[in-house]
Amino acid sequence: MTAEVSRRGATGGAWLVARREIQDQSRDWRILAPILLLTLFFPLLMNFTARLAIDFVNRYGAPLIGDRLIPFLLMVVGFFPISISLVIALETFAGERERLSIEPLLVTPLTNLQLYTGKMIASLVAPVLAAYLGIFVYTAGLVLRIGWRPPPVLMGQVLLLTTAQALVMVSGAVVISSLTTSVRAANLLASFIIIPVAQLVILESLIMFWGRYEVLWLIVVGLLVTAVLLLRMGIHLFSREELLGRELDILSLRWIGKTLRKHFVAGARGWADWYGGLFRRSLAPSWPAVLLVGVILLAGFAVGVRLSASWPLPGELFNLAASEEVVRANLDALGFLRPEGWAWVFSNNVRAILLASVLGAFTFGVLGLVLLSVPLVILGYLAGNLAAAGASAATLMAALVLPHALFEIPAAILAGAAIVRWGMVVVSPAGGRSLGEHWLKGMAEWARLTIGLVLPLLALAALIEVFVTPVVALQVLFGG
Amino acid sequence: MRAAPSHCYNPASMPDLLIEAKALTKDFDGFRAVEDVHLGVRAGEIVALLGPNGAGKTTTIRMLASLLAPTRGTARIDGTDVVEDPQTVRSKIGLLTEHHGLYTRMRSEEYLEFFGGAYGMTANAVRSRAGVLLAQFGLDGDRSRRLGEYSKGMRQKLALVRALLHDPPVLLLDEPTSAMDPSSAFQVRESIRDLRRASRAIIVCTHNLKEAEALADRIAIIRAGRIAADGSSASLKSAYLGGRRMEVRIAGTLNGTVGLLPEGAVLEESGVDWLRFRCQDPERTNPLVLESLARAGVRVVTLSEVEGGLEDVYLEVVGRPGAGG
Repeated sequence: MTAEVSRRGATGGAWLVARREIQDQSRDWRILAPILLLTLFFPLLMNFTARLAIDFVNRYGAPLIGDRLIPFLLMVVGFFPISISLVIALETFAGERERLSIEPLLVTPLTNLQLYTGKMIASLVAPVLAAYLGIFVYTAGLVLRIGWRPPPVLMGQVLLLTTAQALVMVSGAVVISSLTTSVRAANLLASFIIIPVAQLVILESLIMFWGRYEVLWLIVVGLLVTAVLLLRMGIHLFSREELLGRELDILSLRWIGKTLRKHFVAGARGWADWYGGLFRRSLAPSWPAVLLVGVILLAGFAVGVRLSASWPLPGELFNLAASEEVVRANLDALGFLRPEGWAWVFSNNVRAILLASVLGAFTFGVLGLVLLSVPLVILGYLAGNLAAAGASAATLMAALVLPHALFEIPAAILAGAAIVRWGMVVVSPAGGRSLGEHWLKGMAEWARLTIGLVLPLLALAALIEVFVTPVVALQVLFGG
Repeated sequence: MRAAPSHCYNPASMPDLLIEAKALTKDFDGFRAVEDVHLGVRAGEIVALLGPNGAGKTTTIRMLASLLAPTRGTARIDGTDVVEDPQTVRSKIGLLTEHHGLYTRMRSEEYLEFFGGAYGMTANAVRSRAGVLLAQFGLDGDRSRRLGEYSKGMRQKLALVRALLHDPPVLLLDEPTSAMDPSSAFQVRESIRDLRRASRAIIVCTHNLKEAEALADRIAIIRAGRIAADGSSASLKSAYLGGRRMEVRIAGTLNGTVGLLPEGAVLEESGVDWLRFRCQDPERTNPLVLESLARAGVRVVTLSEVEGGLEDVYLEVVGRPGAGG
């Protein structure tokens, strides 16, 4: 006995889901009304505003402002309808879960990917088409009234920006919806999407008024990379196991502690065993991340050198030989060559690593790496300036930085690798674990590398920085 | 062109057990929801899955429907492993979920067309099958109404139609008659019996013990994630209550009649003109009781089985409210 049913192709299944969702949206006046308003009325209003503003600024001899305002409003006209996509996505994913209509859908033979793709398409189609239509209405109005024709590259940039922003908002909304069980909770968490996107729009506005349109390409690329990461995370989260297996939002501190301990200890029977496991289980799979962080830190140094050419410091600043007393006084004031100096340097470095870790854990590692790169950018900047001032940059760097950098830079690279791996855990296969456990495992791996290797290296680096580097530096700079 | 799916099935090709679970276990973030569940359901058999809220019934059903992957153990639906080929498993299952979850802005036909499409059925096949089922459940006259306008019972019936739409060999029904008026509930129970006659394997999760007893060939009681009792209603009563409970009502007073009960009938309690006894085999013992009473000149008014025996079994298995330990 079998009730033979044929399987739909991947696109067929996704389109079936999308069609139903779009049909449902077309019957909901709460979605239709704002889309129509933002598509037809708002562009005409912006058109009117643009003409008024151009007349005004032309009267006072500032046509540049008008020239910059028109493309800015073009972007705004495209952005407003796509902001609806966030609401639709939250309704499509979290709403369906809250209304308990998700389970009958999950019971069908459609795959997780088909369901996810169908819902993504449904969340994107209406707002993106509305945005395109709004842009068309606005542009057509300006062409007809004042004869302004958009440069094709600018039009392409605005259309791409609009689409990429919609993709980021919808894919972000899916992630949020999958982590919550109600629309209310999803709406609260939506601030994590709305605030960064709003800031991005402000940044885009500044760039457009500045007239550096080429920078918009970088934003498009950044948005697309973010969208890819969020899509991957969404595909991972939008699974039957995650949706039906986690119906409670309760925070169990006991379970969190137990899980962290389990993955941190990783079955070790003592410190020696734990350290052996650390190299085998945590360090060995970290090599790609180690390589990546190494390259990024090196790039940071190169950026610093390049910046020194654009914004050089006055050369007399580097006349160190003339200020031996000042250098010695500063070393003393900072506690160098004394034990309290070690505590200060060590705690400072630990704070920086912890801050980078927290930032990286929620940004796929990106902000963590940015923070870790800052000291290398500064070093590069100093090295560049030293070279420009005619000093022997290599000798000075070797004297002022190298002794402790031999341990501090490997510590930073390992910390960066641990941060990247933790930050990327949400887009990597969970191996049958829930996202919560997978994330905690990532945190435990981060803690293993940080406690087992990074902190000892930083402690050693601080010791050298406080007791060895100053002696070497004084020797090289002032001859003893 | 996609080949039209066949919605007929051939009982001759069925394996004996359409639902087969071995040592099914499911953990959620440190919490064990289901532990070591063994369950088999043959074609043409109805098993009622009973248990308190949170005992693990829904999780078990979701594992059988390939919605959740077991942490340990295996399950096969009509010979297909729930982990290895979840899509095929889901195409062989009709699941009536605890919450009907209808799309309230749709009409019944478009709703069924959507789900039929999800099961790979052609539009014609959906229309013809939906027509039959809607008529069978008395929803034929409501096709033009939006589902949001349906009563609770109508929604429940439409959800059942959705589960039966692709004519699956295995049915997992969670509270199939909840929210229904008595005549609708009767209609649904008759439909379930028809499905048993048509060789489907059916698991019914219910809190309605009378319904479970009336419908099911076997009853499995789940407690704290484990199947604590499994068997026919009679065998469970026998195992947990020491036999079935019978009540004799007589004309007049007992006056020592209780001593006349034959071997195999164990007196439980008695009143002025009635007594209750337990026996393992009423078909053999009851005639002996009647014979014995008649010989003593006692005029028997009624001899009947006392209802609620399954409730006693259930409480015995899951624990009585307020009882310690």
